[in-house]
Formats: sequence, structure tokens, C-alpha cells
Amino acid sequence: MNNESTGWIAAGQLADIPKSGARCFIHANHRVALFRTHDDGVYALEDRCPHRGGPLSEGMVWGNCVTCPLHGLVIDLADGKAQVPDDGNVPTYPVRIEKGTVLIRFPIL
Amino acid sequence: MDKQNLVMIGNGMAGVRTIEELLKLAPDSYFITIIGAEPHVNYNRILLSPVLAGEQELNDIILNDKDWYETHGIRLLLEHQANHIDRRARLVHCENGVSVPYDRLILATGSLPVILQIPGKDLEQVMTFRDIQDVDRMILAARQYHQAVVIGGGLLGLEAAHGLKLRGMDVTVVHSGPWLMNRQLDRVAGPMLQRALEKKGIRVLVKRRTREIEGYSGQVKAVRFEDGTSIPADLVVMATGITPHDELARKAGIYCDHGIVVNDTMQSFDPRVYAIGECVSHRGQSYGIVAPLFEMAKVCANHLAELGISTYTPSVTSTKLKVSGVDVFSAGDFSGDADTEEIVLNDPFKGIYKKLVIRHDQIAGAVLYGDTTDGSWYFQMLREGRDISDIRDTLMFGRKNLGDAGHQGQKRAFEMDDGMEVCGCNGVCKGTIVKAIKEKGLFTLQDVRKHTKASASCGSCSGLVEQLLFSTLGGDYSQRPALVALCSCTDHTHEEVRQAIREHHLTRMVQVRDFLEWRTSDGCSVCRPALNYYLICAWPHEAKDDPQSRFVNERAHANIQKDGTYSVVPRMYGGVTNADQLRRIADVADKYQVPMVKITGGQRIDLLGISKEDLPRIWADLDMPSGYAYGKALRTVKTCVGSEFCRFGTQDSTRMGIDLEKTFEQMWAPHKVKIAVSGCPRNCAESTIKDVGVIAVESGWEIYIAGNGGIKAEVAQFLVKVRTPEEVLEYTGAFLQLYREQARYLERTVHWIARVGLDFVRTEILGDPKRRHQLYESLIDALRDRTDPWAHLVKHTSGPNQFETISI
Repeated sequence: MNNESTGWIAAGQLADIPKSGARCFIHANHRVALFRTHDDGVYALEDRCPHRGGPLSEGMVWGNCVTCPLHGLVIDLADGKAQVPDDGNVPTYPVRIEKGTVLIRFPIL
Repeated sequence: MDKQNLVMIGNGMAGVRTIEELLKLAPDSYFITIIGAEPHVNYNRILLSPVLAGEQELNDIILNDKDWYETHGIRLLLEHQANHIDRRARLVHCENGVSVPYDRLILATGSLPVILQIPGKDLEQVMTFRDIQDVDRMILAARQYHQAVVIGGGLLGLEAAHGLKLRGMDVTVVHSGPWLMNRQLDRVAGPMLQRALEKKGIRVLVKRRTREIEGYSGQVKAVRFEDGTSIPADLVVMATGITPHDELARKAGIYCDHGIVVNDTMQSFDPRVYAIGECVSHRGQSYGIVAPLFEMAKVCANHLAELGISTYTPSVTSTKLKVSGVDVFSAGDFSGDADTEEIVLNDPFKGIYKKLVIRHDQIAGAVLYGDTTDGSWYFQMLREGRDISDIRDTLMFGRKNLGDAGHQGQKRAFEMDDGMEVCGCNGVCKGTIVKAIKEKGLFTLQDVRKHTKASASCGSCSGLVEQLLFSTLGGDYSQRPALVALCSCTDHTHEEVRQAIREHHLTRMVQVRDFLEWRTSDGCSVCRPALNYYLICAWPHEAKDDPQSRFVNERAHANIQKDGTYSVVPRMYGGVTNADQLRRIADVADKYQVPMVKITGGQRIDLLGISKEDLPRIWADLDMPSGYAYGKALRTVKTCVGSEFCRFGTQDSTRMGIDLEKTFEQMWAPHKVKIAVSGCPRNCAESTIKDVGVIAVESGWEIYIAGNGGIKAEVAQFLVKVRTPEEVLEYTGAFLQLYREQARYLERTVHWIARVGLDFVRTEILGDPKRRHQLYESLIDALRDRTDPWAHLVKHTSGPNQFETISI
């Protein structure tokens, strides 16, 4: 229901994130990892691995995945799901690009 | 291109593995139909013996359930007996009238048990031991009858006998050969096996040929031998071998010669028709165990996916008997000839016999009885053709002497109970691993890592996991191949990739992936750091480092901790510091409220709990070079006080350590590198557990290599004694460069030396002064334009950068 009243927040230029890289953003009490894949796919996930809370924005980005820097869980950027043999879910945020600016949509409580 | 029809006749392990491999490579290229005669989905035939023995149920050994076929869009025709292939019309006709068109066809029809052509063979209680129906029949028969005779004292016969004995039958094994398993065991181990089985209550008769199975009103009554004697029986199991099931192919005019004859890409004489598994004859050889069949499956899938780069080469196979309490292993040429030597250990009291057959300093074959722990290790060296001259003295005592033991020092998986932890990093117990191997149908170390995480972190228990695979699956265990593909993005090995980088002057990662036809467009977290290293190692001034292909520590030049903070370790050459440095460190600790300041094991100071944003400022305030405590690079050079102060010191070990550190600092390597210099043989700097350890003596310096103080302590091996500090630098540099050029990424010096042998290093570094000098010069040249990363980042971190967390 809250989805109707959510807002898009600008999170800087896409060009400032290296390809196959990520940056960490903070908005209210959200800590968000913004990923840019090798083919310019952009994804926003909570910057917290479901395993031991590792910062996903520091992980290695490859294909459509990120490998957590702490213990190597592989998270699918599209749906936030951990790949086998691990399980776990990372919350995702909608993103879009407008004239080179990345916008993330946060739920407003 | 339109999707083609791929049809497979046979629904067994080799065939379905081919389809699995194909789906991994090219998931959408074919409409796949599988025609199976049995009513069952693909099950793990290796585990039929435990099912017969009552240790497992059919459901436990299913490899692919119906959902799997459905999920992958595979049309599965069970209980369809293919009886004719019309190659002109490209149609497979089944007995029930169904016909299926194909563009490409895989024959995976398996093998048939050999039936002795003797009177009585058709009696109802005469059985074979090949598939799940056979097992069902045997289980049923065991309830009804009492006296079983198993004809054939090979692997299958003995496992059948063991199972029937456990089901309460009175069992006799009849074997025509001179001793049991005479195709796998020598004249010492064979009789030992016989005695062990007799102790379990199984009777064994050798050198007996069966003439007739005598029956009375349709019931088996006795088995009579060619010497005229007979024994009573009411159940007979024929386990006298298998023969390729190639009848369908022969009827279709496809060339067969004791199996469907295939080339190195698993194609029959009709290139549209592939054959795979036990029905095949490849270069005159057929195989009856799973490991080589899985290799065939990979090759066939590769060809079907039109990648066409892999070929099948004949496999050396090994055998392990799966009878509980009886440990037997055999591989290669176990009998030897005029060119071979034998190393034998025989302890009849403990029931242990081991024989290694050595040809030209390589293992040619092995027979192990009573203790098969090291079977997989010997087999690996056999397949790799490793020169064993440097470990010959300890070879017979097994791998444990080379340090590949378990987490808590366990060396023998079979001595552990199910609740004991095998993998200390991920907390995985023996029972969990064995259960996963059986129930999930795992065959390789990789499979186990993927499904249980055991040995997936530090890897120190890999040896134990391999033992578990080996004791659960026997000869069917698909051992780590001698040559490993770099990662799942490619089939090329580390060595092939590095060769291509050198020979074709590849300087960028994308060139490597294009040139070697990577399956992914930007690699994965395994190959990217490896390629990045291989490129900067081969082309130090041309290849550009790719920060996105580095683990976070090497990207941030600090060591990430469990809470996402970092640690900072400045370089203190040779572990020597001064008041000025200490004052700056103390000031930084105060200013940034550093939660912990700790002395490291490498004689340096560690500032822990630093937030990432503070890193560049702290580096600027410290004004000291990076200690590389986070990298696959030269870490510390530890020293003792040496002759400057110590009354025992023979040389200036601190000066030597500082010189080594200044010469080789900022050197990237396949893994971390630690050095130590001790001023006398008391060795206070612990040089003998370092990658390079230097120990001063009155007349010069001794150099030791490939020690390790980490996961498994490993004492360094003596390389050479030299006279001058200049020589220490040159020999050390040459060794480090050889390691940089030859070792696989993430391979420590100790593991690299265990793989290639100390003699290789000796030849390269001690054998030819020119070669040594050239190696040393290459390293010095590679380091010519190095810069301190902290100083560089302090100067160049402005605008949006990796160290900031942005509030929006």
C-alpha cells in the first residue's frame, strides 16, 4: 500500500560507479549497495549479506552476481537471492536511470 | 538456427551426465528426448551394492528425479525399448510402435552381463547383478532360499556375495582365476582378501571352472565343476563380467568391434550418431566404471554444443572394493615387468600389504590391501606422471607425511566417527558429507564443496573429503583431474591460459577471454583475480591492473574485518622501528580512536577497527609505506637481532632482512609470501616455516624454501648455502620469480613445490647460473616502476571514490 506513496531519490551519476563495481549509499536508515554490471545493468540491494552481514558493496561483481567479501556467498543481483548451496534473501530496491543519474526508490513509512 | 532434435537411447549415468553437461554449455540448443527401457529414472548404479546389502533404498540412490527431466524440458520415454534405428530417415523405432525423429542421436545403451553358456543357465534362480531389477530379484530370493553360489570372484561378484551374506544367506564364491580379483590384485593381496572374506563367513573356491548348474524340476540344486566335484545351491549369481551392449548399433550398420567404435569426440562412424558409456569401444578399450565415462560425457557434450575443443584420451582406471571392513585398492600396471621396480610393505599381523610399481621414477601401478587411505594420492601421481624420486623415501608411508592432514590432525577419514568435524571452517561433519555423497549423487571434490561447503573455505581438509569420496564411491570417484580448468567459464587450464598470454602477447583480460573463447562475457570471481595476476605477471609494464577484479582487500589496500571495518599495517622493514614512527602511530591511534592496536606475528603493528572513510587520512598521517598485510604479495620479512647485538649471532640478520624487504616489497604473487632471516641456527626468526627462510651460519647463509606456518605447519626444505648477502638476494629473487611464473593463482609455495617437486626448483635455480640470473633480473625489472599504493591513493583520492559512503 505504501508503494503508492514512495519516492525516487537521486543517487549520483552512473559514470561515478566503475563497471563491474559498486558504491554504498545511505538514506534514512537504509544502507544500499548500488551495483553496475559489465553491461551497464544497475541494481540496488541492501548492503548487507544475509549470512553474517558483510558489506556487499565491497564484493566482486561478475555477470549478474556479487560475491560477498566476507565468506563468499554469491548473491543474484536481479532478485537478491543467494545461490546454492547457501540460502538467504537480500532486499532489493527499484532503480532507474535518467540522463545519467541513478534514481533509487525507497519506501516511505 | 532452429532447434535440432537430440535423441538419446539409454537413461543411465553416462548418458544423463552427457545431457547435464550439455545443458550447462548450451541449454537451449536442442529438443531432447530420452528413451529408456527401464521403468526408472536415472539412478546411481554404483550404489546398487549398498542397496543389496540393505544399507540403502532405491529412493536414496536416485540421481535425477522426474522433476529434473520436466524442468529442463526433456521428453522422457520410460519403458520404451528402442529396437531399430533408421539412419536414412533419421528415426528411432521402439518396440511399442512409437518412433522418434532425430538430427543427432546418442547411443548410451550400456552393457550386458556375460552369461556362461552352460547347461542350467536358464533356470529361474540363476541371476545376474547389473540393474535394479536384478537387485530386487536377489533381495526377494534371499528371503526364500538359503544357499547362494556366486560365479565370479571379481569386484561385482564379491560385492554381490557380501550383500547376500548380509541378507542371511549361506554364500560361496566360485572363481576360475588363480586368486580373487586376479585382474586387479597380485598373488599376495588376492589370498589376503580371500582370508578376510572367509572370516566374514563367505566360502571361497578358486581355480574352479563351472561346468553345469544342475536343476531338479525347474529348481537350482547344485553347481558342478569341470573337475567333477559339486556343491549344493538353490540360488546362483553370475558375475563373470560385462560386454558392451552394441546390438542396436550393429543392426543399424554402425561399425562395432567389441563395442560401438567411436573417435576422440565420441562420434561413431555415422557422425550424426554419438555413443557414450559402457557400450563404447574407444581405441580398442571399453570401460565399466564411472570416472572415465563422465570424462566421455564432458567431451560429447562439448561437441554437441558445437564448441569442439575437447577430445577424449584413454583413461587410467582404479578399482576399490566396496565391502565394509575389507579395504582393497588397485590401479594401473600392478604386476610390473623387467623395466619396473617394486616398493613393498607387508605386515601380515596387522593385515596390511602395499605395493607400488615404479617405472622410470614414476608410479606405474599400485596395490593396497588393508589400508587404502593413500590410494587416491598414489592414483593422482600415477595419472600426473609425477617424478617421485624426491619423495621416494617416504612414499610408502603415505601423504600424511607430506602434511595434507585434517583440521584437527586426523589423517584417516575411516577412523573418524560420523559426528566428527571434517571441515573446521564451515562446521561440516563426516556423516553429513557421506550422506550428501550418497543421496545427492556427488562424484567430485567440487560437487561436495558446492553441496556441503566442506573444504570450500581454507581447503585444508580437501584430502579428507577426497578420502570420503574415495571410500564411498571407490573407483568410480571422479578424482580431481591432473589438469584443472581455471574455472567454470573455460575448459582451459591455468597453464594453457598463461601460455596463451605469453605467446600471443595478450595484455587485457577481455583479449584473454575472447582469444580462449570464455563462456562468460566478464568472467567470474574465480577467474578474474587469477587473470589479472597472470597478466601483470607476464606483462608488468603493459598490462593495466583491474581493481574491479581484485578482492576488496587489494582494492582498498587494507584488510576487511568481520564487522566491515579495516585493519592497517604499515611496513616496518625487518621488524625494525624507531621513536618517530611509534609516535606517529600513537597519534593516529588517539586521533581516530582506534579500538585496538596490536603487535602482529610478523613483527609489525596492526591498527584494527578502522572505518573505510578514514583510511586515506590515516595513511597520510602515518606517512609510512603499506605493509601489504592484505595482499597476495610479499608480506613481512621477520628477523632476529643478529650479530649487531646478539652474543650468538653470526651475521647481520636484521640488515639482511631489511635489504630483502626493500628489494622485493610491493611484489604481487600467486599467494602471500613471507620471509624470515635468522642470525644463527637457533633460528629465533622461525625461518623454517616461511616461504623463504634464511639462516645465518658462521661461513654464510643457508636458504630454505616452501615452509608454511599456517593451516598446516610445514617445515621448509633446504635449497642452498651461499656466502654473501648479494647471493641471498639473487637466489631469493630467482626463487620468487619462478614461483610467480609457475605456480597457479592461490597456490602457496608449499603446495606448488608438493606438486612440481623440489628437484624442479633445484634444476632451475641451482642448475644454471644464467637461468638464475635471468629470473632474478625479470623480477627486478617487474618491480622497476612500483609505487607505494598508500602514498598514491592519498594523492589521487578526490571526487567520487571507493572510500566514501554517500548520504542521499
